[in-house]
Amino acid sequence: MYPRPFEYIKAASLDDALAALNDNEGAKVLAGGMSLLQMMKLRLFSPPMVIDIGGIDGLGEINDNGDHISIGALATHNQVATSPLIQEHAEALAQAASWTGDVQVRNRGTCCGVMAHADTAADQTAAAIAVGATMVVRSAGGSREVAAHDFFVDALTSALEPNEILAELRIPKAGGASSYDKLGRRGGHSDYAVAGAAAWVSKSNGSIGDARIAVTGVGTKATLAAGSVEAILGSDGGADAIAAAADRATEGITVLEDLYGSEDYKAHLAKVFVRRALEQAIAKA
Amino acid sequence: MTATMGGTTTSAMGGIVRRKEDPALIRGQGRYVDDIKRNGELAAAFVRSPFAHATITNIDSSAALAMDGVRAVYTIGDVRHLGPLLAQVPVGKLRPLLADGVAKHVGEAVAMVVADSAAVAEDAAGAVVVDYDPLPAVIDLKEAAADTTKVHDDLDSNVLVTWVSHDWWPGVFDELEDHRPAIEEAKQRDDAVVVSLEMTNQRLIPVAIEPRAVLAEWSHGYGTVDLFSSTQIPHALAGAVAKTFGLTSHDVHVVAPEVGGGFGCKLNIYPDEILVTFASKALNRPVRWTETRREAAFSTIQGRGWVATATIVGTKDGEILGYELDGIADMGAYSQNFTVAIPVLGLYVAQGQYDIPLAWSIKCVATHTQTTDAYRGAGRPEAAYYVERIIDAYAREIGMDPAEVRKKNYFSADAFPATTAIGLTMDSGDYAMSMDALLEHAGYEALKAERDQARIEGRHVGIGISSYVEVCGFAPSVLAEFGFGWDHYGLPSSFSGSGLVRVNPDGSATVIIGTGPSGQGHKTTWAQVVHDQLGIDYDKIRVSHGDTAESPMGVGTFGSRSAAVDGAATFEAALKVKKRAADIVAHLLEAASEDVQFADGGAHISGSPGHKVTWAEIAEVAYKPHKGPDGMEAGLEAHAVFSPGNATWPFGSHLAMVEVDADTGNVEILKYIAVDDCGNRISPMLVDGQLHGGIAQGVGQAMFEEARYDEDGNLLSGSLVDYPLPTAGDLPSFDLTHTTTPTDVNPMGVKGIGEAGTIGSAQTIVNAVVDALAPLGVKHVDMPLRPRKVWAAIQEAKG
Amino acid sequence: MSVNGQSVSGDVEPRTLLVHFIRENLGLTGTHIGCETGYCGACTVHMNGTSIKSCSMLAVQADGAEISTIEGMADGDNLHPVQEGFWERHGLQCGYCTPGMIMQAAYLLEQDNAMSEDDIRHGLEGNLCRCTGYHNIVKAIEYAGAKMRGEEPAPAEWETSA
Repeated sequence: MYPRPFEYIKAASLDDALAALNDNEGAKVLAGGMSLLQMMKLRLFSPPMVIDIGGIDGLGEINDNGDHISIGALATHNQVATSPLIQEHAEALAQAASWTGDVQVRNRGTCCGVMAHADTAADQTAAAIAVGATMVVRSAGGSREVAAHDFFVDALTSALEPNEILAELRIPKAGGASSYDKLGRRGGHSDYAVAGAAAWVSKSNGSIGDARIAVTGVGTKATLAAGSVEAILGSDGGADAIAAAADRATEGITVLEDLYGSEDYKAHLAKVFVRRALEQAIAKA
Repeated sequence: MTATMGGTTTSAMGGIVRRKEDPALIRGQGRYVDDIKRNGELAAAFVRSPFAHATITNIDSSAALAMDGVRAVYTIGDVRHLGPLLAQVPVGKLRPLLADGVAKHVGEAVAMVVADSAAVAEDAAGAVVVDYDPLPAVIDLKEAAADTTKVHDDLDSNVLVTWVSHDWWPGVFDELEDHRPAIEEAKQRDDAVVVSLEMTNQRLIPVAIEPRAVLAEWSHGYGTVDLFSSTQIPHALAGAVAKTFGLTSHDVHVVAPEVGGGFGCKLNIYPDEILVTFASKALNRPVRWTETRREAAFSTIQGRGWVATATIVGTKDGEILGYELDGIADMGAYSQNFTVAIPVLGLYVAQGQYDIPLAWSIKCVATHTQTTDAYRGAGRPEAAYYVERIIDAYAREIGMDPAEVRKKNYFSADAFPATTAIGLTMDSGDYAMSMDALLEHAGYEALKAERDQARIEGRHVGIGISSYVEVCGFAPSVLAEFGFGWDHYGLPSSFSGSGLVRVNPDGSATVIIGTGPSGQGHKTTWAQVVHDQLGIDYDKIRVSHGDTAESPMGVGTFGSRSAAVDGAATFEAALKVKKRAADIVAHLLEAASEDVQFADGGAHISGSPGHKVTWAEIAEVAYKPHKGPDGMEAGLEAHAVFSPGNATWPFGSHLAMVEVDADTGNVEILKYIAVDDCGNRISPMLVDGQLHGGIAQGVGQAMFEEARYDEDGNLLSGSLVDYPLPTAGDLPSFDLTHTTTPTDVNPMGVKGIGEAGTIGSAQTIVNAVVDALAPLGVKHVDMPLRPRKVWAAIQEAKG
Repeated sequence: MSVNGQSVSGDVEPRTLLVHFIRENLGLTGTHIGCETGYCGACTVHMNGTSIKSCSMLAVQADGAEISTIEGMADGDNLHPVQEGFWERHGLQCGYCTPGMIMQAAYLLEQDNAMSEDDIRHGLEGNLCRCTGYHNIVKAIEYAGAKMRGEEPAPAEWETSA
């Protein structure tokens, strides 16, 4: 359980961290460490250098920036789960954070860390897509923004380049309502998602004017369920429309079997949770 | 007799006390093996096979040996002369201390590295280069039983032994009737209902929360070795180390300090215990090894692993005409402590509580996997699972309430002592009383109405019940002749219990027992027993266990045996002390010994409570014989060894109510209610604690846990990430109640409770889930009831 | 960093986990190790007032932090209410998970000393116990919650049932 030896740098500022990351091939950024350190202890992953951003001031905040909410790189799951701002404007993300790990993990682990780790079965990744989050990515050379639905590339692979840090997650204050639901690996909402879905909907004139739906756990990454979105848009948001949207939950997604379920089962669960997330979101919208 | 302590009412038998164990443990001052340090310690780490079956063509340790801080790398050639590992029941292939030319399961230790620190040892283990030539592996039990691929070329078959109910102990039980022909005949009856199910009782990883750890310090000067080990069997370990290294048992001092859970997995002698001892001797330094959690799946035994077909033939009105179980039990690659004998413990209770014909045949089969051995219940949960699942299926088939079917077929209360189909005698029982108590306590009729109402609302709610009978308190010396016994460890001590009671010169008492507990609360329980007999203040009784230098003999803690065997020994030792003390008191108070009564910290003469002496006064006389009666033996202590004439047979009835989300397959336990009967209860608080934990482990098997191997023998679920244990959030509170049917096998009338909860619970949950899904046509789901499997069973039933 | 109110320091390799620093450098062996994947919770301590798993942090990450361990919970002879609850309600058997359980329970009760049974159970999901089935752990925490609220704890089950 001892990681292989590595060099450790405690960054005093984000610029320091970015410079170190730029200058040291293979260096990894350590925030909460809930995923990185477990892999290092199991020696599944052994970076030559670890750059600790945990001591940098000002990265741990969740702020109201007028038209959007900003989640700093060090904001924890617990902060996200309990933030009135997130609960009001991105309830799906708050729910997903509240079902991430356990209390101790939520006290240390970070929302941005989950995004950067890009686990196939993370909860908050799907929620981020559904609530229309934007990833603010920094490097020594500057900054860029990536939409959440473009951020997750493959299993454990995000759009981050080796010299980049996810500095902030921005959530638009777009109105409407969102919800996340899942089956956890241990059952109920516990542990990573066997499958889960997040939905955000906005009503206009009695129909679904805008929507984003994302699924997690079923393929290599959290993915926008484009077919479901298409089906629900413009509908009355009633049971039939929801069922039609749920039926298309895995359209365009390669569903993969794993220890927690067969392809059939996972595809079925994706439909179940798209349905449930939509029902909950539409009821609140 | 009642005393008070710290505001909590205390008394002895049947009373409640706060545990003596707790003050250190709740302050973080409990000393487990990893908390004990020796000067100059080195640390070991193991290189383990990534293949289930492979020839080892070369081991290159040079890079590891060249690393700073690395002291040695050992392979089989260094230790072959010490092996193989000793076993109580040496049937099958015994485990070499390190892989000997061929690795036989994933995770088998191939080399041991010793270094200045655990971190360096782990680094160096990664630098040992082992070349493997992979061979075909056999993992599937049916393929293994068919000998398609051999696990050991030098054995005739992978089938190591087959246990058959009418012929399980030739020479002792020669007159047993083979019920198979009668059962076959019954199947042909016009009114016969035959129900049959193949069911898997899956492989489990025990997961005591404290990983196993061992620290050995060999002293060439003293000619001794000190071993600290997280073990349930310190005396056996001392015997095994002594035998392995050519010492006498008292040259080996084993201490099992605080042990962080055992559940059977620390009821083994392990290669690491021998190897760190060897390394300590070779390097002249203390050597420590602590398993990591992931490693524990390979370095510590696993449990269960049966696939078997249960069949009931009965009439349409619920009379069971015969029960058959035919199957295969997975032994893993090597036989360790009990291994092939575990199914025999299942055979002991194969017919459950039912007075029915039995035909039982279990093949013990080697596979290219980690060894299986005793895991909480050890054979008995398997037996209870099969009979209790198939009886439910039979009840459903004939449309009779499952409680009614059970009651119709129980051994009646007046049948006790009752003889089982395999010739054993069950001491005492009243099974119908237990079931009636459960149904009444649970409000069975109301629960059924609640379930039926839920079904009308479209919910999938189910009720499951199970009876169980356990056999425990091992026990009779004669069992050792079967092959169970410690003779192979150089300890021909059978299963006898040991208790030593010493009244110290200041009137306090020291009690030394032969057990090796891991949380059962023996210090508390034995103090209660001695307090009850002698009246010495509970706070002035200190109980010691797990140290072979202190305890005259011991067997350890397993098989729900400690209270019924070592407890009884302690009780008898206390009686001996009492008799001698009575003579002293009679002398001091000028009365007859028969009139002396012990209570409240001293003794008085019956009928004149004011006429009394304290234990300090009694003890002073005991150690100053000139103040005592003429010819008195000085000192005041007694040692008793107790070997009961039979095992004990606790029993009970459990009920669970569950709800299944048919969309996802998720199972939620709504209620869990249990009625257990373990005879007299010394400490009701501790009894309930054992049941809570036991039930949780059965629920863990029913719902969560499985050691999953792929066809190549890779363990897919070796860490807690993939091997989910039940958490607080997964379980309900348990509603426990008791009936009391004492045994006459020991003087305290106690039976045993460590495993009962586990034996009663797994099938209770599965029966409830099957009941919930029965309206959908589901008849069976194999454990663990992971949502994916429950959902798949629903789909299959839908067709 | 400070541990249980005492300032401590030590030079460690970067790869030294906080739990190893606590156990091996400071000799505070009440904090236990039960796994290496952050699932068992036996290593739970408080850092700057929140509960964390000390196996899932590097010691260097805790530089300058305030750490509390099980050894800091009792004030001399006065047990913390959670410790008292575990003793009074048989909340432990082998004791190995107990320090982590107590630290987690104390943290939960500091957030809300009137938690429901359900909230207590879910609050303990990061702490595994193999002995108790959690039944009496929950009772122990309810006992401690009552004490912290200044109320008389409910009687033990064995005091109310036959």
